Amino acid sequence: MNEKQTVAFSGTKEQEAQLIEVINRYKGTDGALIPVLHEAQEIYGYLPIEVQTIIAKNLEVTMAEIYGVVTFYTQFTTQPKGQYKIGVCLGTACYVKGSGDLLDKLKEKLGIAEGECTADGKFSIDATRCIGACGLAPVITINDDVYGKLTVDEIDGILAKYN
Amino acid sequence: MEFARSTVLVCGGTGCTSSGSQKVMKEFEAQIIAKGLEKEVKVIQTGCFGLCALGPVVIVYPEGSFYSMVKPEDVEEIVSEHLLKGRIVKRLLYEETVEESAVKSLNEVDFYKKQQRIALRNCGVINPENIEEYIAVDGYRALGKVLTEMKPEDVIEEIKKSGLRGRGGGGFPTGVKWMLAANSPNVEGKFVCCNADEGDPGAFMDRSVLEGDPHAVIEAMAIAAYAINAEQGYIYIRAEYPIAVERLQIAIDQAKEYGLLGENIFDTGFNFDLEIRLGAGAFVCGEETALMTSIEGKRGEPRPRPPFPAVKGLFGKPTLLNNVETYANIPQIILNGADWFSSIGTEKSKGTKVFALGGKINNTGLVEIPMGTTLREIVEEIGGGIPGGKKFKAAQTGGPSGGCIPASLMDVPIDYDSLIQIGSMMGSGGLIVMDEDNCMVDIAKFFLEFTVDESCGKCTPCRIGTKRMLEILTRITKGKGTMEDLDKLEALAYDIKESALCGLGQTAPNPVLSTLRYFKDEYIAHVVDKRCPAGVCKDLLNYVIVADKCKGCSLCAKQCPVGAISGEVKSPFSIDPAKCIKCGACVEKCPFKAITVQ
Repeated sequence: MNEKQTVAFSGTKEQEAQLIEVINRYKGTDGALIPVLHEAQEIYGYLPIEVQTIIAKNLEVTMAEIYGVVTFYTQFTTQPKGQYKIGVCLGTACYVKGSGDLLDKLKEKLGIAEGECTADGKFSIDATRCIGACGLAPVITINDDVYGKLTVDEIDGILAKYN
Repeated sequence: MEFARSTVLVCGGTGCTSSGSQKVMKEFEAQIIAKGLEKEVKVIQTGCFGLCALGPVVIVYPEGSFYSMVKPEDVEEIVSEHLLKGRIVKRLLYEETVEESAVKSLNEVDFYKKQQRIALRNCGVINPENIEEYIAVDGYRALGKVLTEMKPEDVIEEIKKSGLRGRGGGGFPTGVKWMLAANSPNVEGKFVCCNADEGDPGAFMDRSVLEGDPHAVIEAMAIAAYAINAEQGYIYIRAEYPIAVERLQIAIDQAKEYGLLGENIFDTGFNFDLEIRLGAGAFVCGEETALMTSIEGKRGEPRPRPPFPAVKGLFGKPTLLNNVETYANIPQIILNGADWFSSIGTEKSKGTKVFALGGKINNTGLVEIPMGTTLREIVEEIGGGIPGGKKFKAAQTGGPSGGCIPASLMDVPIDYDSLIQIGSMMGSGGLIVMDEDNCMVDIAKFFLEFTVDESCGKCTPCRIGTKRMLEILTRITKGKGTMEDLDKLEALAYDIKESALCGLGQTAPNPVLSTLRYFKDEYIAHVVDKRCPAGVCKDLLNYVIVADKCKGCSLCAKQCPVGAISGEVKSPFSIDPAKCIKCGACVEKCPFKAITVQ
C-alpha cells in the first residue's frame, strides 16, 4: 500500500460482531477468504488494516495472505469512499466517446485524483472498468444514479445536485 | 396460468435499467391498476432486447409494437391509448418499424434482419426470474433428454460433432475440452466451472445472457457435469454485474426447488450442485488458471500449463471450464442436433457469435450473427452506420487481446481463423467502432495502459515488458518519439508474445502490433511530423489564432489561465506556444471562432 490511511478507523462493536458472524458462516468452506472480504467491505465500507486483523484472527489466515488478496483486487479498497461515490466508466466504448475528458473535468472540479476522497468526505472519484452501459456512453455513476451520453459541460449541473 | 389478452415486455437489461426502465415498469404497473386492467394485461420484465441505444425499450404483444426511449410520463398514453383503446401510439414506436401506414414486424428491421439468435434466443422474450417461463420454451428438456436417453460419451460426441468452439476468446473446440475432462478419473471430486468474469472493456454479452436467460447456463452446466462425471459446479462472475448476480441466484434457487439441481435429478441418480463465486475486479481472472486460483480464495495469478485444468484444476481436481456464451449454445445443440448447429457458420467456425456493438455506431447494442458475416454488414446494415456522417476508420475486436481492423478489410468474413490472420482475434465479442476522430496511437496506448494496470505481476515479460512498451507509446504521443522507437516497440511486442506466462500477457501486444501494421502512417506522423492527424494527442496540438477572423476583443487573453495570449485590443492577438497548456478554454470563449487547433 503506497497510500497512507487518511481517516481514522471508527469501526463499532456491532460491526465487529456482524463480521465475526460472517466469518463463522464461511469457516471451513473452500476458498472462503474472498466472499468474507466482500461482506466485510459491505459492513465497513472499506478494508483498513484493523478489519483485516479481525479477519486474520477469526478465519485463521495469515495477515500476509489477506493483505496480498486485498491489494490484488481492485474491488477491495483500504481507503474509505465518499458519501457520493463517483465512478467514471473508462471502458472502451465510453473512452472513444470522450469519458477521459469527463474524468479530467471531475478531478479538476473536486480537486482530487482518482481513488481519492474530498476532505469533507463528500465525493470520491474512481475510474471504473466497463460497467456495461455501453449504449449510453460516455457514462458516469454517482452511487446508484447513472448519467449517460454526457458532455463535459453537464458536469457542473450534475455535481450541483449533490451539494 | 392466467390468460392475459396483452403482454407488456419491459427490458430489464443493464443498458435499459441505466436509462430508467425500472421507473417505466413501475409506472406501467400503477397505470394498469389505475385503469382496472390488471386482470387483462400482464407486465413482464425481460432480459436485453439488444437495441441498447434506444432504451428503455418496451414491447407490447400480441401486436409486437416496439416502443423505444419510453419515459415514465409516456406510459399513461400507452396504457390508455394502446392497451385500453387498441390504438398504437405511433409517436413512440421505433421509427424503423413504421412504414407509411403499416407497422413492420421487428424481424424485418435492419438491426434484426441479419441476426440469428441461438445464445440470445430467450433474451428479451421470457422473464428471467421465472423458471416456468424458461420451461415453457423447452427449458430443461435438453437436460432431461441427456439424462434419460444419452450416455455421457454420446453427449460429448454430439458436442464435438457440432463444431462448437469456446466463445470466451480462445476458440478451443468445446467437445475436445469436454472429452479431456471426461478422461480424467473422478477420484475425489471433479468440477464444472463457468467463466462469467467478462472483463474486456466494451463487452457485455455474457452479462446479457445471464441477465436475460440464466437457466440456459445452469442447464448447460448440468449437462456438462453429466458428460464429464462431476457433481459440483461454480459460476465465477464479476461483482460489477449486480443484476446478473441477483438473477442467477434466483434461478439457482428455483432450479433447486424444482429438483433440477441437487440430488437425484429426474430420478436418474445424477447429482449436481451449483454455487456462485464473485470476482473482485481483476482482469487476469478471466484467464482460466487465474480464475480457479481466485475461486480458491487467493490472489488470482495464472499458473503454467500443463498440467491443464482438465487434469489438475480447481482445488487440484480435474476441472472443466467454459464461458457463458459457450454454455448458452449447449441446450440448443442437444435439442436440435449437431448437424443443425454445424450447418450454421463457416467451415471451421460453426454457429453464431454474439457481439457487443459499441463506440461510434448508431445502433449500439447486442447482436448475434452467424459466423462468416462481414464486418461491413455488421457496421453498415445491423449497426446502422456511423453517427454524424463521419468516416469509418477501424473496428476493434478482442479487447486488450485483440486488434484493430481497418476499413480496407471490412469485407473479411468474421470467424476465428480469419480474424487471427488479420492480426486481431474473436475475443469474447466486444466490437468497438472508431471513426476519423479517433487516434490509433492513442487507442493502442489506451489498451496498453489497461494491460499494465491489470498485469498480475507474476511473469517478467508482462509486468515489465508492457510497461516499457507503454513508456515508448507515451513518448510517441508526446511528440518525443523516434523512428528507432517504432522498431523497438515492435521487437518488444514479439518478445512478450513469445515469453509471457498466460494468454493475457501473450496477447497484450496485439493492439500495438495491429495498429502498427495498418496505421503506421499515423505513428510516423506522430514521430516525424510531431502531428496527431486525428487531433487527439494533446501535446501535439497547437492552438493558433487566425488573424483574419480575430477582432482583437481580448476575451481569450482574459480567459487564458497561464497568460499565454497577448496582443493589442482591436488588432489580432497571438498565442505563445511555449506557454500554452492546451486547455482549450480560449476556443470555447472566442465569439468569432477565430482560434483553431492544428
